[in-house]
Parts: sequence; structure tokens; C-alpha cells
Amino acid sequence: MKWMHRVGLAGLVVVLSGCAGQGAQPGHDYSALRESRPASILVLPPLNETPEILAPAGLLAQMTAPLAESGYYVVPVGVMVETFRQNGLDQPADIQQVDPARLRQIFGADAALYTTVEEYGARYMLVGSVVKVRARTRLVDLRTGRELWSGSGEAVRQSNNNGNGLLGMLISAAIEQVANSLSDAAYPLAGVASQRMLAAGGSGGLLHGPRSPRHQPE
Amino acid sequence: MSALPRTLCAGLLLLALVGCASQPRSLYGWEGYQPQVYAYLKGEGSYEEQIAVLEQGLQRIRARGQTPAPGYHAHLGMLYAQIGRSDQVVQQFQTEAELFPESRPYMEFLLKRKIQEVGP
Repeated sequence: MKWMHRVGLAGLVVVLSGCAGQGAQPGHDYSALRESRPASILVLPPLNETPEILAPAGLLAQMTAPLAESGYYVVPVGVMVETFRQNGLDQPADIQQVDPARLRQIFGADAALYTTVEEYGARYMLVGSVVKVRARTRLVDLRTGRELWSGSGEAVRQSNNNGNGLLGMLISAAIEQVANSLSDAAYPLAGVASQRMLAAGGSGGLLHGPRSPRHQPE
Repeated sequence: MSALPRTLCAGLLLLALVGCASQPRSLYGWEGYQPQVYAYLKGEGSYEEQIAVLEQGLQRIRARGQTPAPGYHAHLGMLYAQIGRSDQVVQQFQTEAELFPESRPYMEFLLKRKIQEVGP
């Protein structure tokens, strides 16, 4: 009997955490996005508010899949970075200042995502660690400069060491610290955060693009 | 205490299992595209290694009858540009434009700028 409650509780946690990508925004206003109907998206290099230098790359590399699987063409991000570089632009802050009309002219995209990484990496405590990635983004029409949609996404992995005594806790915290830094622990979480931020269909989330079978033409 | 919570528990469990699993199958074949983009951005591994991984992935994608992800061919084309294989550059950019007409303006921009001459 008791186990049933535990299973139920675990299920509840999964229900609450697993699908709760976007915050509920009932009555979200999609009129600008519906009117603009973008088919292709340019994912600009994210601004970095964290001390982790790999944060922008970790996010940029994983924002294509949720957008493409939601039905949008996504301008190849590695090639885009190279094009900016060849034009003397390698800082996200400078790149995000480029005139939308000029971006449209070069990349041919209908809209661009202006993203900021807010948190990226691990924090260590006596009893374990928390790895967290959080980002926010705005979708802007490159033909009009108008904001079409905005969203955010977050992923957290918490690990606790309990029942091992103080020495055990210290040892596993130390091991974890090494493991986290060696394996770039935030990278997979950046993928989850990107998914939660950009996958279409959630409450307040992006709408499906024209390449998706769930796209609703108007 | 007994019947209602148990039903609730079972219901929640079912919701947990079914709720997130109703996504349609993938539109594209991804293989190592995103990890290879990450490796490129980090400057990790040689261009030749990155090309080899992507070419092998492309064979698996084709074998499954899938369309490679948007950007897959273009990224491969840029890597070929870095090692001076201009024949492959043109072919990869053209394939990207054929698969995804949305990419045509940018692919034509790249071909015009002859990105292959701006290697390392």
C-alpha cells in the first residue's frame, strides 16, 4: 500500500516537472506571429550573462532541433557564425545590433531569435550539486523589426548524497565536481532548456511552422 | 483513504507515461549534426574528423530514408571549404538549397562569395 503512494508521488513529480516546459500563459496573444507567418528562422549567437564561456555555444548548437522539428527552416548556425566572423563580427553583443534588414538580405530568413543565457553551469554544496541552465529569447520579424513572440526555458539537475555520513558526502561531492567539469555537465541540460524554450505546441510556446504536419494555415 | 488515492495515483502515473509520449515521429535525421556544430564552435577536433562523422551519419540517414536536418549539408559544405575541397562545397550548398528552398538566398550568397577561398 505504501509503495503505491510513493509511485503516485513519483508520478506526480514527473507530471509536474516533465511537461511543464513553458509557464502557463492563458490567452497568449499570437496575432503578430500569425500575421507574420515566418517559415525560416535565424538563431543569432546568444548573449552571455554567465561566467561560463561555453554557454553561448552550448545553447546555439542545440536550438536548431526543437525549431526544425516544430516546422521551421533554421539557418545553419555554424555557417552563420563563420559568415559573421568573415565580416569582422564575433561578439554576440555586436551581432545582435546588426540591422534586421541587413540580416534578411544576407541570410534570407523571415525572423531571428535574440537569445540571452541567464544561467549555465554547476554550483557545489556540501551535500551535492545543482546544475542549471536558463535562457530567454525573442523572435523578431526581419522584414518589419516587430517582435512576434518571446519565451524562456530552464533545466535543472540536482543530485544529493544522503545516508553516507559526512565523509561519504564529501567524497562524492568531490567526485561529482570533477565529473561535472570534465564532462561539460551543463551541455545536455542546455539541450533540455532549448527544447522547453522552443518546441511548439506548449502553453505560451511557439506555434508550429509550415514544415510541420501540425501547422495550421490560415 | 484507500480507493480514491489509489485511482488517483494510477491516473497520475498513466498521465506521466502517456502525457509526454504523444509526439509525432521526427521530421528529420539528425545523427551527429548538433554535437558536430558544438565541436566546431568549440574548435574541438580537426575539420577532417568532423567531416568523417557527418558523412557517416549522412549514410545512416539515407539508409533510413530520412531527410537530413536543415543545415546538415550546409555545415558539411562549410567544413569542406575549410580544407579547400571546392567541388564538395558547391555540391553540399546546392543540396541544402534543393532540400530547403528557404535556404536558397543564403546558399547563393555563400557560393557567390566563394567561401572556399577563405580557408584557414
